[in-house]
Amino acid sequence: MRRDLQIIAALINPGARVLDLGCGDGALLRHLADRKGVNGYGIEKGAAEISACVRAGVNVIEHDLDLGLGRFPDDSFDMVVMAETLQAVAEPARLIDEMLRIGEECIVTFPNFGHWRCRLQLATKGRMPVARHLPHQWYDTPNIHLCTFRDFERLANTKGLPIIERFVVDGAHAVQRYINRFPNLFGTVAFYRLGRAEPAYGLGPGQPALATASGA
Amino acid sequence: MARLTDGAASVGLVEPRLAHYGQPITLQCKATLPCFDLVYETYGELNAARSNAVLICHALSGDHHAAGYHSVDDAKPGWWENCIGPGKPIDTAKFFVVALNNLGGCNGSTGPLSLNPATGEPWGESFPAVTVKDWVMTQAMLADTLGIDRFAAVIGGSLGGMQALQWAIDYPRRLAHAVVIAAAPKLSAQNIAFNEIARQAIQADPDFLGGRYFEAATKPRKGLMLARMVGHVTYLSDDGMGVKFGRELKSGDLRSAQDVQFQVESYLHYQGTAFSERFDANTYLLMTRALDYFDPALECGGDLVKAFSNVAARFLVLSFTSDWRFAPERSDEIVDALIAARKDVVSATIEARNGHDSFLLPNERYFDVLGGYLDSVAQREASA
Repeated sequence: MRRDLQIIAALINPGARVLDLGCGDGALLRHLADRKGVNGYGIEKGAAEISACVRAGVNVIEHDLDLGLGRFPDDSFDMVVMAETLQAVAEPARLIDEMLRIGEECIVTFPNFGHWRCRLQLATKGRMPVARHLPHQWYDTPNIHLCTFRDFERLANTKGLPIIERFVVDGAHAVQRYINRFPNLFGTVAFYRLGRAEPAYGLGPGQPALATASGA
Repeated sequence: MARLTDGAASVGLVEPRLAHYGQPITLQCKATLPCFDLVYETYGELNAARSNAVLICHALSGDHHAAGYHSVDDAKPGWWENCIGPGKPIDTAKFFVVALNNLGGCNGSTGPLSLNPATGEPWGESFPAVTVKDWVMTQAMLADTLGIDRFAAVIGGSLGGMQALQWAIDYPRRLAHAVVIAAAPKLSAQNIAFNEIARQAIQADPDFLGGRYFEAATKPRKGLMLARMVGHVTYLSDDGMGVKFGRELKSGDLRSAQDVQFQVESYLHYQGTAFSERFDANTYLLMTRALDYFDPALECGGDLVKAFSNVAARFLVLSFTSDWRFAPERSDEIVDALIAARKDVVSATIEARNGHDSFLLPNERYFDVLGGYLDSVAQREASA
């Protein structure tokens, strides 16, 4: 299984009710069902991905995330996962609200636009960055809402959403010590586990996890 | 993805069989049927473990002849030939497929055309009202007859999908999978309205004779034709009709305009006439009533999630983008209730332009999902 999905799987409790937004071929849900007794559902809009889920015996629901999650009632899930999809949806901020309406907690991962390579390309070439973790040209990219880790945490902070856990990794989804010193500069992908806007939860609202990253 | 079945093998020559039930059964309407017959066909082989049986539930005007041919001279195969057969989505090399004509039908199973043993006359309009629940009960009796304790899957489109849904609720341990295609958890007012127009067309025909038309050796052909025409329009989509017929003139010249002017009119007349010859009016009334009354949530105070609470089957729910009679949103209602009840479900919305009829037509993605799902069913059953 993809290394990033392994990281997500480790964050999910056995037996949890899981909704995986943009579940792809269903690898995460298959893994969770086999190893953790998780009865989960995936949301996907790609025909090839749905076909793969169907063959793998994964519960997949064809649905476009840009239509929102209004069809799911409040508190239907323990954990709502969205891996590498946030940057491609029409209304990321509203989707996060929706995720935490239907789920107790959520896990969001996305590529870092603040990575030093992106910054360097923009600064030296004056062009939109194209990197291994962001391989598209500006005109054909599905990634219409790119952000940096700092941007995301500011959004979480504004919404008062506690960041319960955060992992920042390199392009190979490995945790490196140097990254954690300057995550917004060296991190390629971040995994955020967010809770609902309630006090006394995790790090608590108003405490951005990147506060130590010395302005990077 | 290549699942289209052009040129694919057929189950070939098939023979309908009859199962007779001599014990009285009580229907949901409390009426008792003293005895009844079910006509059915089977394709493929039942395996030694009796675990590879699949039940096909037919829609409003379908019957037991789902695949293959009755004679080498048959012009047309069974109604779901493109989907059932060796190498097709419902693969007869893997599954033992059972298709029947539902109780109340007019193609061999006991229905309004059958003799009422109490009077020696055909039942006609006095045939008791049957429901989807009654059909499922009698289908389970047929399963007993065939020695099938548990179906690998119960599959149906439209009204057939409603039967698959009812199966999962009424006999949770007797099916592993329910495949519900182009269906709804209950009809909308608009749907019931279309059915009522069809019924009125039949009942207003002077040849209907209060449902005793057979005594005068006639039938309400005009009414049946009109009913079918209304139905057909609702089964297609504006776009699909536009592509198929456009505004093509039958005569090719307005000056020679006769009764039939546009191709679409000619098509509807042909379909309506053919239907009025092959179908029984009382059966049509009875089937549309069963469709109207279907509402499995009713027993649970309208709560579909609660109705699904004992479901053990996994579901595949399919819908078609241009289907406005049983729109994708109606399938979503089923899916969302299954999720809320924490049941296993897969759903896909197939891009198709032929409206409700899409469930009967070959479509690459439709067959990919259906075939892929049933492949995984076959694998599970083989490894179980």
